[in-house]
Amino acid sequence: MIPPPTPSDRAAARRRRFRSIGGTILSLVLTLFGLLLVTFIIGRVMPIDPVLKVVGDRATQAQYDAAYVAMGLDQPLYIQFYRYITDVLTGDFGRSISTGQLVVDDIRRVFPATVELATLGTLIGVLVGVPLGVIAAARRGGIVDQIARVVALIGYSMPIFWLGLMGLLIFYGILGWVGGPGRQGIIYDGMVPNVTGMILADSLLAGDWDAFRDAFSHIILPASLLGYFSLAYISRMTRSFMLEQLSAEYVTTARVKGMSERRVIWGHAFRNIAIPLVTVIALSFGSLLEGSVLTEIIFSWPGLGQYITKALLAGDMNAVLGGTVVIGVCFVLLNLFSDLLYRVLDPRSK
Amino acid sequence: MSDTSSKPQSRRDWLLTDAPLTRHQARLGAFYQGWLTFRANKLAMLGLIILILLIGMAIFAPWLAPQSPFAQNLAGRLQPPSPEHWLGTDALGRDIMSRLIYGSRITLFIVGTVALIAPVIGLFIGTVAGFAGGWVDQVLMRITDIFLAFPKLILALAFVAALGPGIGNAVLALALTGWPPYARLARAETLTIRNADFIAAARLQGAGRMRLLIRHIWPLCISSLIVRVALDMAGIILSAAGLGFLGLGAQPPMPEWGAMISDGRIYILDFWWVAAMPGLAIFIVSLAFNLLGDGLRDVLDPKGAKQ
Repeated sequence: MIPPPTPSDRAAARRRRFRSIGGTILSLVLTLFGLLLVTFIIGRVMPIDPVLKVVGDRATQAQYDAAYVAMGLDQPLYIQFYRYITDVLTGDFGRSISTGQLVVDDIRRVFPATVELATLGTLIGVLVGVPLGVIAAARRGGIVDQIARVVALIGYSMPIFWLGLMGLLIFYGILGWVGGPGRQGIIYDGMVPNVTGMILADSLLAGDWDAFRDAFSHIILPASLLGYFSLAYISRMTRSFMLEQLSAEYVTTARVKGMSERRVIWGHAFRNIAIPLVTVIALSFGSLLEGSVLTEIIFSWPGLGQYITKALLAGDMNAVLGGTVVIGVCFVLLNLFSDLLYRVLDPRSK
Repeated sequence: MSDTSSKPQSRRDWLLTDAPLTRHQARLGAFYQGWLTFRANKLAMLGLIILILLIGMAIFAPWLAPQSPFAQNLAGRLQPPSPEHWLGTDALGRDIMSRLIYGSRITLFIVGTVALIAPVIGLFIGTVAGFAGGWVDQVLMRITDIFLAFPKLILALAFVAALGPGIGNAVLALALTGWPPYARLARAETLTIRNADFIAAARLQGAGRMRLLIRHIWPLCISSLIVRVALDMAGIILSAAGLGFLGLGAQPPMPEWGAMISDGRIYILDFWWVAAMPGLAIFIVSLAFNLLGDGLRDVLDPKGAKQ
């Protein structure tokens, strides 16, 4: 018999938990600090002269020097780094050289498009990947298991940008089933009021079904593409989680008691993998935010990935680093979110 | 097996004996057993064969390629696959098959270099962290976590942007973003080995820290690292092709596969083969690496394979 917990045990447990949450937050802060340090270093070692980009190559030496001082480049590195951190924390990533706007405004404009794409992609990945993984585990070695395996193998081996091009060729060029590159047909451009920045949601809010259909025909191909890569990962993980549960003794007990196989799988085993699955889905969402870089280029999708890449080729470092920081922060927050969720939902981790 | 020594042994018996007479025999025997397991896996063998063909293609490229990968023929541009140009020609009239064959050299170079640099960095950092413990461990693992928390491709993009596009910088960027998982793995392995009796025995015999690390710990970490590398190879190929596609890897006119897809992108609706062929090549090679990796995992890490 385990003795019931005494008040002091409970206090100790609470302290432990508090400490581990404190540790999580500390590591979050350290990670964000590291992220900024790395982007700062990348921004310093680049061979492009940031002053020249601002003043232009016809500036006199005096103008150049003035801009050099104004940008704080005459200060020691640690002071520059300190300024960089305080700027970023107040949401100031500087001005983009290629668009002439503040980087933070640019990001606010393009980020919803990426989120929209990644969300729909994840949704497809979950809706297909989870059942696929569960069935593959329940009938191990069966036909669904084989299909799931091939799907995942191809997903891990296929260059996403190439699959996107082939998708455009087949579904847009030959079959004409979907809209072409871009987010909207040209006649719908600017037709729905911008509320969330996500056209699917905005057109629904405005009750404009034609605009919704148009936006959907444009997003479905890139989203399915991202969804495919997401489902390759999600179905593999679901399968291995399920296999682990199905070999547990409580499953045997439930079967011996005469419970239907369906209830064993969905009612018992699946409920127990729900929490790790949420972690997997969060991670997959994060990787789609990143994976959208190549997809957005292929589909001329005006999102963060395309913004970063265009800025990169134009030598616009403020925009590149701003975008990198935003995606990095999303990554870190998603990790933190899944970590915390684990703690809240899983009684064993208390 | 005890009476086999009296009979004349076949080479197979010698390799599979339960009682190897020398360390050399034991090592070869273990290797042979791994090979038998690997050979039974047909898909893994397929992967191996494709990769051997790829390496052969890279070595003998000048003899295999029907044309120079750089020879332009503007009169014969964008021609569909034909007996003359098996895979068609690109926008400058260059023979796509010849470019693919020469491109295998670039792909192998990138994959080989990244797969050499990243695990070595990871092995070094991970084993030092695991073996030293204390604050060294804390600091090194914190750095590793920071790198792990980053989106890899974006970070590689930023690195290449800062260093300037080019094949060398692409390799460097992929290696710099690729080492953290190896470091974690090597640290985990080190932690399980660190307190083993044979380490204590070696220490009592007067072995220094460096010697323990290099002679006793590294060799035991390597097999799991190899599995991981084999499984990561496909990812490296895809990332490298992605950088090439964005114009940040090998620069024109080098026949890098990802860059070739990018060249064919604007012609995709009318002249599909320009982009399709190099993509197919990337797919086949990374599929081969994935198959090989799965097979190697079955041999070297039977525990991981069951999951």
